[in-house]
Amino acid sequence: MQRTQKRSNSRVAPAAAGASRGAAKPGGKNVRGGAKVYKTGWKDRWQGYLAHHQSSARDSLQRMLAAPVQSLMTWLVIAVALALPATLLVCLDNIQSLGQRWDGAPQITLFLNPRATERAIADLQRRLESRDDIDTVAYVSAADALKEFETESGMGNALRSLDTNPLPPTLLLTPSTDAAPAALSALGDSLGQQGLVDDVVFDRAWIERLHQILELGEQLAIALGGLLALGVLLVIGNTIRLSIESRRDEIVIVKLVGGTDAFVRRPFLYTGLWYGLGGGVLAMVLLSLLLLLLSGPVAMLADSYQSDFHLQGLGFGGGLLLIVSGALVGWLGAWLAVGRHLGDIEPQ
Amino acid sequence: MIRFDQVSKRYPGGHEALSRLSFEIDRAEMVFLTGHSGAGKSTLLKLIMLMERPSQGQVFVNNQNLNRLTSRQIPQLRRQVGVVFQNHQLLFDRSVYDNVALPLVIEGYNPAEAGRRVRAALDKVGLLSKEKQNPIVLSGGEQQRVGIARAVVNKPKLLLADEPTGNLDPALSAEIMSLFQQFNDVGVTVMVASHDLALIRRMNKRVLGLANGELAHDGVLQHAANAETV
Repeated sequence: MQRTQKRSNSRVAPAAAGASRGAAKPGGKNVRGGAKVYKTGWKDRWQGYLAHHQSSARDSLQRMLAAPVQSLMTWLVIAVALALPATLLVCLDNIQSLGQRWDGAPQITLFLNPRATERAIADLQRRLESRDDIDTVAYVSAADALKEFETESGMGNALRSLDTNPLPPTLLLTPSTDAAPAALSALGDSLGQQGLVDDVVFDRAWIERLHQILELGEQLAIALGGLLALGVLLVIGNTIRLSIESRRDEIVIVKLVGGTDAFVRRPFLYTGLWYGLGGGVLAMVLLSLLLLLLSGPVAMLADSYQSDFHLQGLGFGGGLLLIVSGALVGWLGAWLAVGRHLGDIEPQ
Repeated sequence: MIRFDQVSKRYPGGHEALSRLSFEIDRAEMVFLTGHSGAGKSTLLKLIMLMERPSQGQVFVNNQNLNRLTSRQIPQLRRQVGVVFQNHQLLFDRSVYDNVALPLVIEGYNPAEAGRRVRAALDKVGLLSKEKQNPIVLSGGEQQRVGIARAVVNKPKLLLADEPTGNLDPALSAEIMSLFQQFNDVGVTVMVASHDLALIRRMNKRVLGLANGELAHDGVLQHAANAETV
């Protein structure tokens, strides 16, 4: 035994010498600083800290993969909860981009009195062209409008059977590009007061309505996302609670040999992180599958309208955001669960 | 190293485990703690580990008043005290090596230095060849030695043991006690709670005898007649 002792002593000689020096110091300070004198320095401690992060991350992942069915269920629940609001947002994005295709310069159409003379119309056109808030004014006579309608609508025969031209002459105005929406509506009001003008139509009106609907949808998606994030928090919180319960002995022993709360917490935080991360990735997969399924029919529908519109996915940034927010929610859920339940477990 | 000053511990429900207990243990001393079950041995050890806090009085460990330690400072205290439990408190989901390394991992030792220390501790208890095994396949005596290796791996100045030989036969018990003796020989303060009076008598050390939460005996046990009063 003497020989063994010598050998082990010589192996740890420098640290042991440090330890006895440190412990020989009298005074209360030594208790708190006690652990430090056993160590070689902050660099080692940093390395040890990193090593524990690594091993916590690895171990919690391995534990998860050791119960694949159970983990997959948790991942799926999280994925569905994340995919729902994400899908809604992607749909809104697509509708918005669809709207933007007709969202060029706003146009105002003036429908004129059908009995207005050509001279009066030309006079009005000149007056409008001289205004600052109007860029261009194009005149479409009733006859031109009829011709255009015949070729565009394919209802030429029906129109030809009419005795008179039912279409009014029109002026197409393009307001100055820097005109504010409020100024535009004021412009519309003043135009409506012109004697020749029967009606004023803003081409933008339906797009503005669409934007309002989209805004409503976006708020709905955010509210839904918030609710479902709460659901994810609860699911992860419950999963972590079970995992804490099942590792009660280990927690007790770690606390007995001087493990800090942060040390005990770490593996569970990684567990939450992995659940959230896996859920986020799975949500991405679900969303991509859904878009893949829809992209064929949507392309066909767009084709029938002579449009080259294609469904857009989340994109790289959006996908990253989805995965990161999944991981974040997972981590947060674990933090809440650990904060609630770890304090209950103390060595008895 | 340890000083109890008029320490009482009353549990909810009125049971008084310790009443106005005072004693002092010097640095590098080896002391046995005896008494019938329920006499307060475990409570006394728990107070030193801050697993419990006294209802009255003060406990000093290494000149530090434990009443002044906040719960955030408890880990620092426990890192300076090695503890051996009757039921070993080993983790069966990892190897002998990882069990012994646990205190070093907690303190943030770098893996190379931790490896040296774990092997030194395992060598000391004679289990170096079993470092890769799961402790569940080891015998009771071997498991207890793993527990001892874990308790001493970070070279604490104070070693506590709660009935370390409770489940072991006399030969193994003597072996465990000689290990404690060796740690004491190199300057570690050792406190062993045990009711194996025959073994304690052979060790010829100071004995604190507890009865109903009070100190009934303090001194070396010499002959059988004396032991009866403990």
